[in-house]
Amino acid sequence: MARIIVVTSGKGGVGKTTTSAAIAMGLAKRGHKTAVIDFDVGLRNLDLIMGCERRVVYDFVNVINEEATLNQALIRDKNCNLLYILPASQTRDKDALSQEGVGRVLDELKKDFKYIVCDSPAGIEKGAHLAMYFADDAFVVTNPEVSSVRDSDRMLGLLASKSRRAEQNEEPINEFLLLTRYSPDRVKLGEMLSVDDVQDILSLHLLGVIPESKSVLNASNSGTPVILDEKSDAGQAYADIVARYLGEDRPHRFIDDKKGFFRKLFGG
Amino acid sequence: MLTDASNIPFALELKSTSFSVPVLVITTDDMDVIEQKLHDKVNQAPEFFKNSPLILDLQEANNQGCLINFIELAGLVRQVGLFPIGIRGGNEQQNKQALQLQIPVHTVSGRDQPLEEKKQKSPSLESEPNEAVISNIAPSETTLITHPIRSGQRIYAKGDLIVLTQVSAGAEIIAEGNIHVYNTLRGRALAGVQGDVEARIFCFDLQAELISIAGNYKISEDLGDSVKGKPVQIYLQDQALIIKDIELHH
Repeated sequence: MARIIVVTSGKGGVGKTTTSAAIAMGLAKRGHKTAVIDFDVGLRNLDLIMGCERRVVYDFVNVINEEATLNQALIRDKNCNLLYILPASQTRDKDALSQEGVGRVLDELKKDFKYIVCDSPAGIEKGAHLAMYFADDAFVVTNPEVSSVRDSDRMLGLLASKSRRAEQNEEPINEFLLLTRYSPDRVKLGEMLSVDDVQDILSLHLLGVIPESKSVLNASNSGTPVILDEKSDAGQAYADIVARYLGEDRPHRFIDDKKGFFRKLFGG
Repeated sequence: MLTDASNIPFALELKSTSFSVPVLVITTDDMDVIEQKLHDKVNQAPEFFKNSPLILDLQEANNQGCLINFIELAGLVRQVGLFPIGIRGGNEQQNKQALQLQIPVHTVSGRDQPLEEKKQKSPSLESEPNEAVISNIAPSETTLITHPIRSGQRIYAKGDLIVLTQVSAGAEIIAEGNIHVYNTLRGRALAGVQGDVEARIFCFDLQAELISIAGNYKISEDLGDSVKGKPVQIYLQDQALIIKDIELHH
């Protein structure tokens, strides 16, 4: 059974698109046929992060308006043949999306794909609403600072009340926390919230911590998802997250700057 | 023009709602005394009582063994300009008489018993017609919340509200009765919003943005460090909010 994952946050600039690209690539690399959809109509970025911006012919809005078929619009990734990208339209706005149209495209994708990753735009308006509406699982991307945490909290409220699962009284969406741009040094100096601080406010299952890393910017600039940079800390952190999501038990890393601290703690 | 009822999609709709209706508690079967007292009451606040609906409560009178003819009583109430819309606590014959007059029969709910007791104990309240005769006939309800209340969510409870999970900053919980939060309270909590000054707020960990009872409120800044982050109860005393630790015995 296909699963729809929404990558969401409320706040902008916290790493939703980076995360969407990384986990979609991670799932595909592990042998699952995966599609990643850019819901940020009018401000599309996913194609840049995935390095497929020069191959966009048709987009999500064309498919919704039945101006193109899904197969015409899906772009196969150059690094992994199990990964497909559905780009957003840059010349339209969020009103081009309709609940009925998004539902139809997702239903069609579900027939063929194991995982469908929805890259949500910032905010809580139409684009963000439709990105999360049909989700089975939610990856809530949060930076360790108060405004991001509060926006995530707001988004969690919407996931619990305004999604299809909530409206039809089905089992609620599985919610996971991804703490991004984490810097243990700055936590120590009191400049940043710690994992525990964030958990205290959100009380959510922590799927992983992504350290602040130069490799993320490098990956964005070169158009390759950071998870492919296997030597980088951020790349490894995303690989851990994908493994944990798929049910593997991996100890958390990158929370403390002392290397090997968690290995000691968990006896691994 | 043809009017075919089936062509009008929303001709009517049945909805449920609750009202506050004055209840007249009778404690004597002397009709002259009742008439005199009623006139006195109505004259105290003629505007308030003008065409007011009224529920007649005969339980106390029947307990005292008074013999009241409901038809006579209803007639008397109408004479002073009030509209009897129900009877409760009546005996079989009184209920029958009420139905003859097409007045509905209500059952006695437990909730407003104390108010009536208070009325009898303190005759000084007689000078305040509103408090003395009005009691809420809606039965008490408790709302239980077991999922986290996130920023931007709003919960309204008709009666008491019990929350087992955290209430996030930016969330709002509102109750006509008491509020219990067996977790961290970071959002806003408003108890007794319909004016119940007896309502209280209880929470395990007070970090609220705002607390209010019957419209008397305090914002986060006004909460002293001595109560922040502690299990507390909050109640109203002489129109001032009192925040008091709850001692937990381990």
